[in-house]
Amino acid sequence: MVDASTTLSGPSGTKPRRILSRRNIILYGTLITIALYYLLPLYVMIVTSLKGMPEIRMGNIFSPPVEVTFEPWVKAWAEACTGLNCDGLSRGFWNSVQILVPSVTISIAIASVNGYALANWRFKGANVFFTILIFGAFIPYQVMIYPLVIMLREMGLYTKLGGLVIVHSIFGMPILTLLFRNYFTSLPEELFKAARVDGAGFWAIFFKIMLPMSLPIFVVAIILQVTGIWNDFLFGVIYTKPDNYPMTVQLNNIVNSVQGVKEYNVNMAATILTGLVPLLVYFVSGKLFVRGIAAGAVKG
Amino acid sequence: MSDVSIDIKELSLSFGATEVLKKMDLAIGKGEFLVLLGPSGCGKSTLLNCIAGLLDATAGQIWINGQNVTWAEPKDRGIGMVFQSYALYPQMTVRGNLSFGLKNQKMPKAEIEKRVARASEILQIEPLLNRKPAALSGGQRQRVAIGRALVRDVDVFLFDEPLSNLDAKLRSELRVELKRLHNRLQNTMVYVTHDQIEALTLADRIAVMRGGIIQQLDSPQVIFNKPSNLFVAGFIGSPAMNMLNGELKGENFTLGSEQVSLAGYDANDALRDGKVIVGVRPEHTKIYTEAGAGRFVATVDIDEPMGSDSLIWLSCQGQTVSVRAGVEENYKIGSEVYLSFDASKASVFDLKTEQRM
Repeated sequence: MVDASTTLSGPSGTKPRRILSRRNIILYGTLITIALYYLLPLYVMIVTSLKGMPEIRMGNIFSPPVEVTFEPWVKAWAEACTGLNCDGLSRGFWNSVQILVPSVTISIAIASVNGYALANWRFKGANVFFTILIFGAFIPYQVMIYPLVIMLREMGLYTKLGGLVIVHSIFGMPILTLLFRNYFTSLPEELFKAARVDGAGFWAIFFKIMLPMSLPIFVVAIILQVTGIWNDFLFGVIYTKPDNYPMTVQLNNIVNSVQGVKEYNVNMAATILTGLVPLLVYFVSGKLFVRGIAAGAVKG
Repeated sequence: MSDVSIDIKELSLSFGATEVLKKMDLAIGKGEFLVLLGPSGCGKSTLLNCIAGLLDATAGQIWINGQNVTWAEPKDRGIGMVFQSYALYPQMTVRGNLSFGLKNQKMPKAEIEKRVARASEILQIEPLLNRKPAALSGGQRQRVAIGRALVRDVDVFLFDEPLSNLDAKLRSELRVELKRLHNRLQNTMVYVTHDQIEALTLADRIAVMRGGIIQQLDSPQVIFNKPSNLFVAGFIGSPAMNMLNGELKGENFTLGSEQVSLAGYDANDALRDGKVIVGVRPEHTKIYTEAGAGRFVATVDIDEPMGSDSLIWLSCQGQTVSVRAGVEENYKIGSEVYLSFDASKASVFDLKTEQRM
């Protein structure tokens, strides 16, 4: 018995594709080159941080360490000196955590309720309120630095961690509110109407209907806030004192210290340590992040 | 007063400068199935949202069961509502969806159980109770949405184009089920649709709306046979009513070079002379192969077979006319035939006022 397809002549079925076509070579070639370009500094940092100082002085920055040592990491974390404190980055790390957790929680909690109210409960003056809030996002915040110093001083929070938490929460508000408002507007309006007919009030609808549907946008907000606040340098250096400096400020003070020898290996280790938190956040939530950004961007 | 379920008094609603509803008066009887029918943007959904309390009226009052609910919250109006997009809460199971409203009322658990059981029995969704909406088909979702209104045990059901998202087959199935449900429950139901078949099949009374004004409020038969104006006549009926432009003198209607008597016409008040439009449904027009008294000459344009019958398009005195004919009748395209229509089932509209005479 002859299979029917064998009687067909000429091209049939799936078109065969060559793996090494010119198109593929250009495509993958470009991608690999760019990836290498961006990964090279990271490679140098890791390699250098694992070398001892004598090896670094030989000048071969691309060569892998002959003798792997973790001493620079330990030193960066626990022993490096900034000013009078010689307990390394660990102090800054815990300061940053103490700033980060409440700032992220407070700003997201408030902004999500703001966004929900603006999207679903068109109260009187909602548009004016929203315009003012969005306007806030476009004012360069350097303008507000000095007034804020005075305000925090008057409240007795200047140089305290609590003051910095307030500052971060406020500055995150416009963009986060916009994000949440847009997301909640993109959810079907009939769902909200159905919940109202079902007798759910402002908070019941928010907690029982809206929140369970908004995981992606919360992930986006968390990533934005965690990376933004963790990487902040300016507010940290202005509104706190050396004992309370966040990790970034401390990193700067370690790397930019002018006395003594430049310990490149310690500097590299310290830098990687500082960047570890945002890096982890991205790795863990990358997929959700993209989905959430797309979801929030549909409607304006 | 006791047999009126929903009473709408001089209700107006504007969004800024646009008036969506204009001084509307509408009384809906207890147990009545009222369909709000109209093209999109005619204000029918807006009216429904006003009844539900999801939109605030600009002026006027809404009474439900003898109570002025104009300022009442949706939950306090004694209504259940079904939406076009189903609007099921995606993170809850079917059971959760059904009981959400009851939990908000702080109803005892046993009572919730009983109500959910009853609603799911009526709608035959018992096997689905533990599923999430995402795992349901369109028809099942809409059933759950109806169930959500059902468990509230209210007197008034509001439907906002509930079948529009379903495919044709499912739509006709659920249509029948809705009718059965209404027969069983005898609730007041207000049903918004732009689908005239749904309106004609389901309604006790139809309110045809345009531009925020009710054009005609009557039973489906009257709406179909005696449309009060040109808009209603053109909107109801598929294929659409034939509109013949001509002149009326006494009982004689002149179309182009020919004349026909309208003897037996069922007039609203009386026929008046002047320029008129005579509306005749394709169902009430007949094709003859030989000439006769009161027949117009026409030329066959197109023959559209529709299975159970076929629709013949003709041109008659320069105007297009469609006729519903039996499938066994075959007419050659371009051939000359003769048309007659049933004057007692026609409608004569004044060309100026567009009202039926």
